[in-house]
Amino acid sequence: MTDTDLEIVVEDPTAPEEDSPSLVGTRTVEIVVSIALLLLAVTLGYDNWRTGISWDSTGPEPGYFPFYLSVILAGGSLYGLIAALTSQDRTSDTFVTRAQARRVLAVFVPTLLFCLATQFLGLYVASFLLIAGFMRAIGKIALWKSLLTAFAFTAIMFVTFDVAFDVIMPKGPLEAVLGR
Amino acid sequence: MEAFGLLLHGFAVLLTGKTLVLMMIGLVLGIFVGVLPGLGGPNGVAILLPLTFTMDPTSAIVMLSCIYWGALFGGAITSILFNIPGEAWSVATTFDGYPMAQQGRAAEALTAAFTSSFIGSLVAVLLITFLAPMISSFALRFGPPEFFAVYLLTFCSFVGLGREARHKTVISMSLGLLLAGIGMDTVSGQLRMTFGTAELLRGINFLVAVIGLFGISEILLTMEERLALRGHAAHISLRVVLSVWRDLPRYWVTLLRSSFIGCWLGITPGGAIAASFMGYNLAKRFAKEPESFGKGRIEGVFAPETAAHASGTSALLPMLALGIPGSGTAAILLGGLMVWGLNPGPLLFVEHKDFVWGLIASMYLGNVVGLVLVLTTVPVFASILRVPFAAVAPMIVVSCAIGAYAIQNAMFDIWLMLGFGVVGYVFKKIGIPLAPFTLALVLGNRAEDAFRLSMIGSGGDLKVFWSNGLVGSITTLALLLLFWPLIEKLLARAGRPRRARPAPL
Repeated sequence: MTDTDLEIVVEDPTAPEEDSPSLVGTRTVEIVVSIALLLLAVTLGYDNWRTGISWDSTGPEPGYFPFYLSVILAGGSLYGLIAALTSQDRTSDTFVTRAQARRVLAVFVPTLLFCLATQFLGLYVASFLLIAGFMRAIGKIALWKSLLTAFAFTAIMFVTFDVAFDVIMPKGPLEAVLGR
Repeated sequence: MEAFGLLLHGFAVLLTGKTLVLMMIGLVLGIFVGVLPGLGGPNGVAILLPLTFTMDPTSAIVMLSCIYWGALFGGAITSILFNIPGEAWSVATTFDGYPMAQQGRAAEALTAAFTSSFIGSLVAVLLITFLAPMISSFALRFGPPEFFAVYLLTFCSFVGLGREARHKTVISMSLGLLLAGIGMDTVSGQLRMTFGTAELLRGINFLVAVIGLFGISEILLTMEERLALRGHAAHISLRVVLSVWRDLPRYWVTLLRSSFIGCWLGITPGGAIAASFMGYNLAKRFAKEPESFGKGRIEGVFAPETAAHASGTSALLPMLALGIPGSGTAAILLGGLMVWGLNPGPLLFVEHKDFVWGLIASMYLGNVVGLVLVLTTVPVFASILRVPFAAVAPMIVVSCAIGAYAIQNAMFDIWLMLGFGVVGYVFKKIGIPLAPFTLALVLGNRAEDAFRLSMIGSGGDLKVFWSNGLVGSITTLALLLLFWPLIEKLLARAGRPRRARPAPL
């Protein structure tokens, strides 16, 4: 009784190469993140200090609790910064390889454009463009399949949210023309 | 048994056609989410949450919790058939599950995984049924200092017991608490940390952050890896199911041990991931021939799956009884409670009986229906993986955006989601844990309120946190856990000289 007659195989045509050179090391990223968090902690801490971190007649002022949290955050990131700077192994792990970064950007940039398009064209048009474009350009899937999938998915979303559940999404010029 | 009567009432609430349909929809969506790489329990629940905004709370929570059960079941499918853990807690299932599939015993492994998941959840639900009402009625006597002490305990146990570097947990947690404070201060009405922008007035919504942190960042991470996969298709026959079930009593020790570990780790914020590994390792250690583990032993599937599900389910206990989530997903469900206008905490059991017992009853029913559903539909779900990721990824992005927008009808939230996506990606890669952040963000305001109210009550004296036996012992325990790594080191040093060691220091 074997159940393995059927095999499922999925290929990945645009897979990142295994031997791609490192773009940036983990240690560098840790240093950058620690500095960013430290700056954030100082900014937020200053704002809370301005709001008031002492006590008045009603108890602690609004800035009291978050101020000490920013102190803790600053402490934690300072520790992280020092730990990363003084870490012994100079040959740190790879944070991301060149090929991986390319792939991540291949999702991130379309997502960014999608958010931008949502702002001006409305969510449904933007999502149609994102799905169709992504499937065609990144996945190398046949144009008609991409367009059909994108249309079907967008339509299902529209019916589910805007019609059935009354959750209204941002609309753009196209919906205005269609009178929704 | 009062709990029993209330549970029956819960079933009565549940057994309407509409709720049952929602339950099925939830389970199917959940299994789908669990099978897809790059989507998991917390993401699925977060993304699908907006669907429930217009429902009544009971239907909403039934559907959401079923998504969660479904995701727990779904994670096992890919681990066993493809050696790809759909969820982090399914990693331990691959150790023996995949070898079994290679030997042509995929159906057996899948049945074992689903059955043990079911058993694990059942034990945890029984625990919730009888323990949660007791804890919540006890907690009704809590005042602000006690609540703050419990919050402190939650946060400290993350730092002390977490497996990540301590300073990273501290960073993640304080950042979450800070971001929770952005916007209007609930006590004084003053604005904090908004820097004059109107968009930040509302504060940073917890669910928007979660959708970005778990949904968008997971897509980025998934794309980074090679997405090619090769695995087995399985179909489960009744004969296999029955033969696995017939052997089940032989493994009762393993099942019980794993359930216990899972329940314990689920209630304390340790999580399903730790539980599944611990369940596996202990089963291996106590086995007669440990070396046969990893080569396709059915116990190696039973142990981690039971523990993972027991822990995933029991994480809801502190959420229901105290309003403190035991896991990331529980935190998201808690966020849902607030959206539906319920106030999480011990009063839930008094004020919203229908809701609480409906939820508990749905845990029983959802797991039974889920078990039948996965056993019969495995081939369908396994073939989901044939759908190319290039088609799935943009759909997930769109769903995330819909989810983020729907919470407050704000375009700004879509941008915020994108920002959190990048943050989540970077944090995950440099090992800053996201669970403490999630928990801190959802509990932040309530922790601060509890702190300020206790301070106002005591006139600014920190001794209020040791003012009586109960609050004192919780606070002390919290501090002990916070410094646990240090204490452990000191204890080890104190114990060492007794062994033959020539010179001290």
